[in-house]
Parts: sequence; C-alpha cells; structure tokens
Amino acid sequence: MAQIGYSKKVLEHFTNPRNVGVIENPDGYGKVGNPVCGDLMEMYIKVKDDIITDIKFRTFGCGSAIATSSMVTEMAKGMHVDEAMKLTRNDVATELEGLPPVKMHCSNLAADALHAAIKDYRAKKGQAEGEKK
Amino acid sequence: MDRIYLDHVSAMQVDPRVLAFAEKHLKDGFGNPSSLHSVGLTGKRAVEEARKKVAELINAENETCIIFTSGATEANNLAIRGTALRNASRGKKLLASAIEHVSVLNPMKDLQKGGHELTLIPVDSTGLVDLDKLKESLTKETVVTSVMYANGEIGTIQPIPKISQIVHERGVYLHVDAIQAVGRIPVDVQKDGVDLLTLSSNDMYGPQGAGALYIKPGVKLQPVLPGGGQERGLRSGTENIFAIAGMGEAARLAKLEMTQESQRLQVIRDQLIQEITQIEESYLTGHPSQRLPHHASFRFTSIEGESILLNMDLKHNIQISTGSACSSKTLEPSHVLLAIGLKHEQAHGSMVLTLGRSNHLEQVPQVVEAVKETVQRLRQLSPL
Repeated sequence: MAQIGYSKKVLEHFTNPRNVGVIENPDGYGKVGNPVCGDLMEMYIKVKDDIITDIKFRTFGCGSAIATSSMVTEMAKGMHVDEAMKLTRNDVATELEGLPPVKMHCSNLAADALHAAIKDYRAKKGQAEGEKK
Repeated sequence: MDRIYLDHVSAMQVDPRVLAFAEKHLKDGFGNPSSLHSVGLTGKRAVEEARKKVAELINAENETCIIFTSGATEANNLAIRGTALRNASRGKKLLASAIEHVSVLNPMKDLQKGGHELTLIPVDSTGLVDLDKLKESLTKETVVTSVMYANGEIGTIQPIPKISQIVHERGVYLHVDAIQAVGRIPVDVQKDGVDLLTLSSNDMYGPQGAGALYIKPGVKLQPVLPGGGQERGLRSGTENIFAIAGMGEAARLAKLEMTQESQRLQVIRDQLIQEITQIEESYLTGHPSQRLPHHASFRFTSIEGESILLNMDLKHNIQISTGSACSSKTLEPSHVLLAIGLKHEQAHGSMVLTLGRSNHLEQVPQVVEAVKETVQRLRQLSPL
C-alpha cells in the first residue's frame, strides 16, 4: 500500500511517530504554521551544554506533516544546537526517502519548528547570561 | 484484516454481471458501429441497446435523447459549452450553484474568458441552493443554469422539480449533474423537468470510460468535439463499445435493484451517522434528511482529513475520502465545504463515507471503532 506517493518510511513515521508530547519547562519552544493552512507544529527541547537531550512535538496536519515532525525529532536528539540549526527541510525529506513534490513546501515545516525552538533557547540563554552579568 | 471500502463516491467496483456482459461485446461485438458490414452492425446494436437501457433508467422521452461520452466530465463540458456557445446570441450569462463539481465550474470559468458571465448561487449551511438568490440571478440573458441533483461531498439532494420551475419561468435551460443520484434515488427527467442531465457509468457499477448526457428534445447545443459525426454529430469519435455496453447493463440493473438496495444502505448510513456523531466535537456535514441514502459525511475539530484517510487505511484497512486541502492537487480545501460556511480550519477535518454493495450492517461497529481510534490518536498528536 502506498498512499499518494508516500514512501514506506513516511508511512512508518506517520503510523508510529517518535517523541510525541509536551515537555514541561522546556529550554526552547517553537511553533510554526497555521491551522487555516492545515499545518501547525509545536516543538519542545531540553538542552544541556548546548546538546539537545530531549525533544517532543505535537502536530496538526497531513501525513507528511506528522512524519516530518517525528523524523526531525529523531534526527535532532543528541545533536549540538549549532548542528541542529543546520538541518534543512531537504535533509528531513531525504531522511524520509523523499516526499511527494506537492508536499515539499506546505507540509515540510518540521525543520523550521526545530529552528524556532533553538532560537527560543538561545534567546532565553542570552537573557539568563545577561541577567547574570 | 478484511477491507471495508467506503469510498464509492470516488470509484465503484464493476458489477461482475456487468463485466461479463460487457466482455462479450469486447470479444465478439468489436465492430465499428459506423461500418456498414455485419460486424459493424453488431457494434451498432450493442450501443443502441445500451442507449435504450440508459434512457429507460431516467425515463427519457426516447433513446435518441442519450448521447454517450467518455465520462461525466465530458458530458458536463458538452452540456455547458454546447449550450453556452450555441445560444450566445440569446445571452451570455451562466448560472451554477456554488457547490457544483469542477467539471461544471471550470468550463464555465473558461467561457468567462470568451465574454460569458458567471454567477454562483450560494447554498445554506446544509448545502441547499438558495432559491430566492436563484430567482434574483436569472435574467433574460441567462442561457444555462447548472444545479447538481445531489452532492458527492456532503450528500445533500437538491429540490430539482422546484428549481426547474423557477429556471423555466425565465425560459432558461436547466442542466443537472446527476451522477451521484442516478441509481440511488429515483431520477425522472420528465417529471423533474430537466433539459440536460449528466450520467456516469462507474457511478452505477459500470466500467470507467463511459458517461452520457441526456438532452431533452428541442434543446439546442453545438458539439464540443467535432469529427466523424457520431452520436448525432454531438460527440464524434468511435464509440467505446465495451464501456457503453457495460453502462447500459449497469443502468438496467440499477433500475431493477435501486429501491431495495437504497433502503438497505440507508439503514447502514443512519447507524453510522448516529454513532459517529456521538464522538466529541464531531458534526454531520450536509443535510440531515434530504441526503443520499448511501452517504454519511462528517467533520472533526483539531484534526486533518488526509491524516484521517491515512490512519483509516493503514491501521484499519478502511478506505474513505476527505475534502481536506492536503489531499487535493490544488492544496485548497474543498469549495463545497467552504460554500456551506465552514472555515478553512474546519474544512480540513472532513471525512466522507459512501456505501455500496460490499457493505453491510455488521461492519458498522468495526467502522465506528476505527473512526474513534483515528480521531483519538490524531487529537493526541494535535496541539489544537
């Protein structure tokens, strides 16, 4: 069974998504998308010494929106935040053995959500360091 | 896990009796109906027999009212373009309900480029055409009005006889796309007062590749596919005998079996609606009672239709359809769901279940459980 051209890996991540949920008191939080457009993603990260130690997501959207969210959490876990910032939408799609062309833009926001969470983490950290000084 | 197919609005399995009948014509009756020899004659007979069966199903005045096409899209194009172009001297205004199929709306939009004017008639929240707006919009210059018999996404059945009366008071042609209604509810072109009516073979268990346009005697239209002059010159091209013969047989069986089958499906439909609308924040879309007997459509808050479709298919082997944007080629949510007043985010969470011969009442608990699991799982994933 291959629906609308999704790879097996996309369907597997859709069926059994990793790292679903919410982190209480996260070090970083990112939210991208819009329910009007049909995709909304939330990403929570825990960071220790600039390494992403835990990551959770919640997504409203189509199959590829859910699969890319799950995939990016798996890729980013254990990564240095600088490295994670370099992950692109294409990297996520490639790791999922490709996405149908029509899904490459609209439903491939997971990397953006991760970046938003890291930016939030950096902003909070900068603020905290600023307060220390 | 046995498959439960609930997407009869998209495609239907060809009835084995129809297949056996049509196959015979593919093997033996392959002659070109335009050839004058005996082999050609067998092909011609097959097409004419099918024409008669289709005419009988909708109570057409006679069989010459039926023009075979390659499918409903072509029949809709012939109805709209054919009347608009042939009668342009009378006026250039086109009317359609806001929930027509794209194969009605897009030819109309295309005609706008050539100077025709298109007005869409709004529908209420149940999908019924606003009859006052229809009256107001009809003018002397209106040449054709298109209102579908029943809608495939929300199941709502329009009051066609009433609409016919209004449209004909202005002397305007009424085109009715009836592909979802024919074979499920009684459609009688004479009683209903229809000038042009679109039928589809596959929507009554016939093979894909055939459709038909009923044209009331006296209605003037020009061909959109000029050529060798088949089908009274209105649709040139060598006839697809296999599909047309199949469509005829499907029409004959539909006439015989419709009443009983629709009653049977309606019981299943009502059970599905009753149980699925008990899920928290789930709503029936379309009309609660004026709806197709095999059609149950819903929307759920906080989740998205393509995900519903995938989960139902992958985890439960149940095939459904959705009007969600993510499942469409244009990435726009269904214009039908927007026309009944749903917001974009509401239209994204739609699910359409359409029943057919392979479905039975005993499947209902399994379907309901699958829908419950799907909604629950996707809501757990959702931040909304």
